[in-house]
Amino acid sequence: MSSTRQNINNYKELLEQYINTMDEASLYQAEQYSKASIQHNVSPDKIIEEHYKALVELFPNLDERVKASFQFLIQTMISYSVNYQQTEELREKQLELKTEIDVAANMQNTLLSTDVPKVENIDIGAKSVPAKLMNGDYYHFVQDDEGNIGTAIADVIGKGIPAAFFMSMIKYAMESFPEDRMYPKIILELLNRVVERNVESGMFVTMFYGLYDINKHEFYYATAGHEPGFIYRSQIQAFEEIDAKGLLLGVKKDTKYNQYVTHIQQGDMIVLLTDGVTECRSGDRFIEREEVLEVIDQYKEQSAQNIVDNVYKYLERLQDFKLRDDFTLLILKRNS
Amino acid sequence: MKGALTTVPIYKEWDIVGARQSGRNMAKDLGFSTVDQARIATAISELARNIYLYAGQGEVSFEEVQGDTPVGLKIIAKDNGPGIDQISKVLEDGYSTSGGLGAGLPGVKRLMDDFDIVSNENGTTVTVVMWLR
Repeated sequence: MSSTRQNINNYKELLEQYINTMDEASLYQAEQYSKASIQHNVSPDKIIEEHYKALVELFPNLDERVKASFQFLIQTMISYSVNYQQTEELREKQLELKTEIDVAANMQNTLLSTDVPKVENIDIGAKSVPAKLMNGDYYHFVQDDEGNIGTAIADVIGKGIPAAFFMSMIKYAMESFPEDRMYPKIILELLNRVVERNVESGMFVTMFYGLYDINKHEFYYATAGHEPGFIYRSQIQAFEEIDAKGLLLGVKKDTKYNQYVTHIQQGDMIVLLTDGVTECRSGDRFIEREEVLEVIDQYKEQSAQNIVDNVYKYLERLQDFKLRDDFTLLILKRNS
Repeated sequence: MKGALTTVPIYKEWDIVGARQSGRNMAKDLGFSTVDQARIATAISELARNIYLYAGQGEVSFEEVQGDTPVGLKIIAKDNGPGIDQISKVLEDGYSTSGGLGAGLPGVKRLMDDFDIVSNENGTTVTVVMWLR
């Protein structure tokens, strides 16, 4: 075996050895030869060329038709190698791109992260999971000096990277607003202006904004075309849809939004969501909104975070563990 | 033979075969091995196909040249098409599959020794050389 190293440089000798002995050692050396070829970037057509040259030298009287067949094979392999290399490099590039998107997705998570407020009497749960790498949903919590909780839930029409960029803009616009008691109507009107000015037409965002007064337990809200949420009324032990209307952000300059208010009783629960929760599909069947409510109802005695986690698990399983749309679900529960 | 220029107009797909044949004949006359002839023919195919697919019409010329080694074969593919906006892009692998223009140019670049491309709104000229070793 000591001759392996030098032999792999001589394909003709290797071939001759094999033809004479038909032994396994030669075949093993052929394997070494192919490995060395890959290391030296030798394309497949070059190996066939080596083979052909060796064959002609070993068998000078080779049938012309066999020679012709080799010309044919070499031509085929040259073209194959050229195209194969192109595909190969394309794959590498894809991988590179995916790495970059991973970095962007991580960055997005950091940029858009929001702390869930810890408030006595009110238990808050939140879960947001993107269908692809980047999330086109967004939720946000903010507390003013008195401890009142502002909450936003939003969904960009569209998914992926453009949607994610868009959300960052919304977040920074919201952070630039003053921190004192901001009413939902005002926030949506300000945001509408930001979106309308900064985004080309065709990009819209739906948003629901709520302000929970922690002393009076009044919930003020306004919507910009967002998927209606629900309020679980403990007195009647039933969910009612949050009734509100408003134009999507970015559609029309100077849009005015209506503001609504409702009283939250002890044991009531505010459920805010995006259409990724209600429009999920199981096979070719769209699930009904009621089905989501049934799941929430089933877990309503648990903590808000447990409820949202369980709803997510339920829908994830229903969809065969492949989300088709970004999923965001927030629950605010008044305990006492 | 030296300096001789053969030109093959490209109008229809069949002209690609004609261009390959002329290029291969000339490569053979210059003393290129059958394998190099096959490489040259592959490069000609890609160039001529670009003309046929994206410019509609143009021509491929062959010329004997001297330089690095005593002799080389120069192939000039020329069209009057819309031109290529970002040449660096078409020289990236995989661009052809997404953008159309410039299919196979990275492959041509790999097959041949020298590669040059000039493009403007009046058309595109790709010049490649393989040197005889």
